[in-house]
Formats: sequence, structure tokens, C-alpha cells
Amino acid sequence: MSFAVQGRFTAAGRGVPRAREAAADGAFRAAAVAAALLVLVLLGLVAASMLWGGLPALRSFGLRFLYGTEWDPVAKRFAALVPIYGTLVTAAIAMLIAVPVSFGIAVFLTEVAPAWMRGPVGAAIELLAGVPSIIYGMWGLFVFVPFMADHVDPWIDATLGGLPGVGALFSGPPMGIGMLTAGIILAIMVIPFISAVMRDVFALVPPPLRESAFALGATRWEVVRRVMLPYTRSAVVGGIFLGLGRALGETMAVTFVLGNSHDFNISLLAPGNSIAAAIANEFTEADSDLYRSSLMALGFLLFVVTFLVLAAARLLLLRLARQAGR
Amino acid sequence: MKFTGALLAIALAGAVGCGAAPARAQKQITGAGSTFVYPVLSQWSATYAQQGSVQVNYQSIGSGGGIAQIKAGTVDFGATDMPLPPQDLAAAGLAQFPVVIGADVPVVNLPGVKPGDLKLTGPLLADIFLGKVKVWNDPAIAAANPDLRLPATRITVVHRSDGSGTTFIWANYLSKVSAEWRDRVGEGTSVAWPTGIGGKGNEGVAAYVQRIQGAIGYVEYAYVMQNKMTWTQVQNAAGAFVAPNKQSFQAAAASADWSKAPDFYLVLTNAPGEAAFPIAGSTSILMHRQPKDAARTRETLGFFHWALEKGQAAADALDYIPLPAAVVQQIEAYWQANIRTQ
Repeated sequence: MSFAVQGRFTAAGRGVPRAREAAADGAFRAAAVAAALLVLVLLGLVAASMLWGGLPALRSFGLRFLYGTEWDPVAKRFAALVPIYGTLVTAAIAMLIAVPVSFGIAVFLTEVAPAWMRGPVGAAIELLAGVPSIIYGMWGLFVFVPFMADHVDPWIDATLGGLPGVGALFSGPPMGIGMLTAGIILAIMVIPFISAVMRDVFALVPPPLRESAFALGATRWEVVRRVMLPYTRSAVVGGIFLGLGRALGETMAVTFVLGNSHDFNISLLAPGNSIAAAIANEFTEADSDLYRSSLMALGFLLFVVTFLVLAAARLLLLRLARQAGR
Repeated sequence: MKFTGALLAIALAGAVGCGAAPARAQKQITGAGSTFVYPVLSQWSATYAQQGSVQVNYQSIGSGGGIAQIKAGTVDFGATDMPLPPQDLAAAGLAQFPVVIGADVPVVNLPGVKPGDLKLTGPLLADIFLGKVKVWNDPAIAAANPDLRLPATRITVVHRSDGSGTTFIWANYLSKVSAEWRDRVGEGTSVAWPTGIGGKGNEGVAAYVQRIQGAIGYVEYAYVMQNKMTWTQVQNAAGAFVAPNKQSFQAAAASADWSKAPDFYLVLTNAPGEAAFPIAGSTSILMHRQPKDAARTRETLGFFHWALEKGQAAADALDYIPLPAAVVQQIEAYWQANIRTQ
């Protein structure tokens, strides 16, 4: 600080601060690059060590590890289809619910709500994002599961369970525990993340853009659909990915309401398992090397599944963007 | 100025370090393993630390973790709900002895059925958990309960989702009473359940059973008492239907012949006694026979000596079942013969 002041006032010393600034600039650049690389390196190392730990299991079960449904710690035979299916299905249900609701919340907060409401409601949503997942799990088990068992599951089983084809997805005993309940709990958990991001980026849309659209006679919906969404698309997608990533990897809340069953059942009302829940449940008492290795391999698969889902979503959006550009 | 400041800081840190040292002169022994014994071990360790100068630091990381840690020599003792067979112990140079007894109790959720009303036999429990008996008015259940009118409700089996010593005792019992269970499922801290849903921990199983009508599950005895759950009577090896309580668990422990079990490798399930509850087990402590640090082993044995002789009231208060006095004597003789303390 004092050097910079001196530098400005003594003509002779001008070269020194320049060099210093250049050095500082370089150092900052290096630090930024290092920080970015650190994330990549950490990610790579975590994935690599999971793969390393999971290799014995992958080697002894081969491809069957991906499509088999057995999970027998006594006979030491393991396969991962049930947790993979549960992870994908619960995350899909969560996103189906969370994305439209979050969008509604964000539009409401930026466009519809009176000014005095925006602060408190916004703060409440951010607080929701800070609630520990175990709380959602306990609430789900003690409050939400009974509600689903008494009111929602029987109705779904009676109305949708008999449909040809898709009926298998919606039939089952009304226990309240299962993939549908887990998906809804996950939706409640990721809504704060997605809606907070959406609200923030909607608020960043330059007022002249919105105002000129209104001036042209656009309705509120048309402004949101034609002006705000295109302007903020990449940030909105980022918010959705944040939520999706959390839904895929969530552990505690899911394990309480999912039923943790390694039986394969296609129905959404049936208990299932997820990769993260299986690892959390079983790692402490995994007493054989192959068992531990299978859980590590599951962890590696979670990486792969998350990567594939996010890559597929990005690809889809890229195509959408290209169509919009035409 | 800066230099002297730094010196001062170092000196101060040193002084603080020295000041803290006498307070920490308490000897520390460490253990790891079973979550089941954690409440009673921490109670014992708190009381013992007040009386003497030894602080027991126990981490409840699960039986599997406890076995791994004692094998690696990072702790002074490990605790496991699944006793290790003598050949495994010999291979790792370990000694083993029981400290407390626990029991699994079948609990049900059936409207109109009060605690103790329902009677179940071992083979019946196995058939229910195999998914072969599916409804509560099944003739096999009715045959054991002529006085009860049971509804046509579907049976929902609830088991543990996490690996657990509770599951080991349960699966071990079912393996002893049902050949089909032994061949199809077997025993272990986690098994491939033929049917049902998994709850995390005793509290998860208890919550599921209380929520789902027609559910049957198994939880540790303490949870039955604390949550006022509907427990059932179980037929023991002598043919009598017994209620789960401290007397019947102690009868199981007393009727087992520990003296013939090398390294106390004995699971209390299906014990022969007339009044014995059939689904009981014990938590065992693992220690090295030839420890690197004999002094620490002396301290550890001193702690368990105190716990087995003086700590049983505290265990009782926490709904654990103390070991019979005769077994305690056998354990102490076993220490002398097998663990080097000099």
C-alpha cells in the first residue's frame, strides 16, 4: 500500500511498482488457475481411488455388476442394478416436481409478489436450503410417510395401478415407504437451491428489456417466456444441475423413506435402494473385502451415473439452444 | 519487536502446553467397535474415570470397524457383536471375552393384539422372514395361537438396512431353527433378505413397525421397553413359550455352557434352558494376546475387571443384561491364562 503511494509520487521509482503489479497479476492468475485445477484434480483423485477400491468387485463380477439384481453379503455376490435404478428414479421424480415449482416460486418472487413479500419469502427459501438433510429424513419418516400411506398411496394404487402397461409403476401395497415418497422428499430438498438461483438470475434481467416487452403489449407470461428465460437460460440450467446433482447424491433423507430393500421392483410405491443410501447403510459393517470393494464400486458408479446424467442433460440443452437459434 | 513478539508467543504456547499437561496425565485407553455397547461403555468409562485415573475413549464405529482396528493395533480393545471363531482369533493373535448380553425381540403391529399376546415359534419366524407365510391368519400362526383371532392382514417384514450385530443374532437364530433359512440366507451382520423393507438402525425398524399395520420386525430389547412396542413370546429349544425379559435372558446366558466354548466363541441363540429366551447374544471384547504395550493392556483389563464386577448395576439401568457371576469368574481366569500383562 505504502509502496504504491510512493510510486505514484516519485517519477524515478515508477518502474518498480509496475514490475510488482505484473508479478502480483501473475501470482493471482496462477492462484486462480491452481484453484480451478485443484477441483479437477480432487475430482479425478476421488474417482480414481473409488475405482481402485472397487476394482476387485468389478473384476470378479464383470459386467453383471451393472445389470444383476442380487446383493447377498453372506454368499458374497453383489450387483448394482437395484441401487442404480432407485437413484435414477428418485432423482427423476424429484426433478419432475422441483423444476416447475421452483420456476413458479422464482417468477412469483420477481414478477408477481408485492415488494414487502419478496424479502421474507426469499429469506425463508434460503433458510430451507440450510436445513440439514437428516431433518428432512426424520420429518419424512414420522410425518410424511404416514400421510402417503393413508391418503396418497391407496389412491394411486386404485386409480393408476390398474392401467395397462404403466400400471405396474403405480401398483403396490400402501406402505408410504418407497421411491415415490423419496422422490417427493428430494424435491422438497432441492427446490430451495433451484428457486434461489432462478430468482437471483431473473432479478438480473435488465429492466429496459422487460419494460420494452411490456410496452409492446406482452403479458407477464410472455415476458417471462420470451424475454427472461432466453436471457437467463444458462444460469437457470446451472441452477437445475445443482439441484439434480444434489438429488442424485442425497443420502440421509433418502435412506429414511426409501425402504432400503435390495429386491428389484419396478413400482414407484415399492421400497427400493439408492447408491448413496446403500453405501451409508452398509459401509460400517461391511466385513469382507469383496463387500467393501462392491460398495466402493457403487461409489464409482455414482460418479459415472452423475456424469452421464449431467452430460445427457447438457447435450439436450445444447440441441434446444441450437433450435432456438435458428 | 516482531522477533521478541514471536518469542513471547512461543513461550506462552509452551507455558500453556505445560499447564495442560498435568491435567492430561490421566491414562487414556482406546477402543472401537460395536454401536450396541456404546451407551453402557460410555457410562462405565465416565464412572471409572471419576474413581481412578484411567480415561476410556470408545468410538462406536461398528463391529466390522472394531475388528479391523484391533487387528491393525490402533486401539487397545475392539468390541464386536459377532464373536470370532477361535481359528480367526489365533491367526490375528487375539483373545476374546463377552461383556454384556443383548437380545433381539420380535415386535409386531396388529390392531387389538397387546404386548405378549402373540406366540411365535422359531420355524414360524423363519417362514415369515422367508416370505413363505404371507398373511396373519395363516393356519400355521393360528395353530400356535388358538386363543387369538388374527386378521387377514398382509405381513410386512421389517429388517435392518445397515449391517448390525442385532441382525447377526437374528439371522444366526433363524439359521439354527430353520434349515431352509440356513441354506438360502445364512447368517451375518447383513444378509440378502428374501422379503421386506429395511429400516436404518433400531429406531428405523421401530418406526416402520409402528407405522405399518401388519408389520413384524426385530429390535433390541431396550427399544421394546422404551417405545412400548408389541412384543411377542417365542418358543425356546425346550419347547416353552417365553417372554423377553431380563430373567429369561439371564437364563439363556446361564444355561449356555461357556466353559466348553474356546475363546468364548458361543452365540447364545436357541439356548437349552427351560426358561431361556431363545434370541439372545453377547457383545465380545477383542484384545491382543501378546500386546506391544503391556502397561496399557493392564489398564484395559483393570477397566473391564471393574466393569464386570462393579458396573453391572449401571448396565442393568440401561436395559443391558449382566453376565452371570460364574461366567465373570471364567472370564477372569481366561485373562490370566491368555493375555500377557507383564
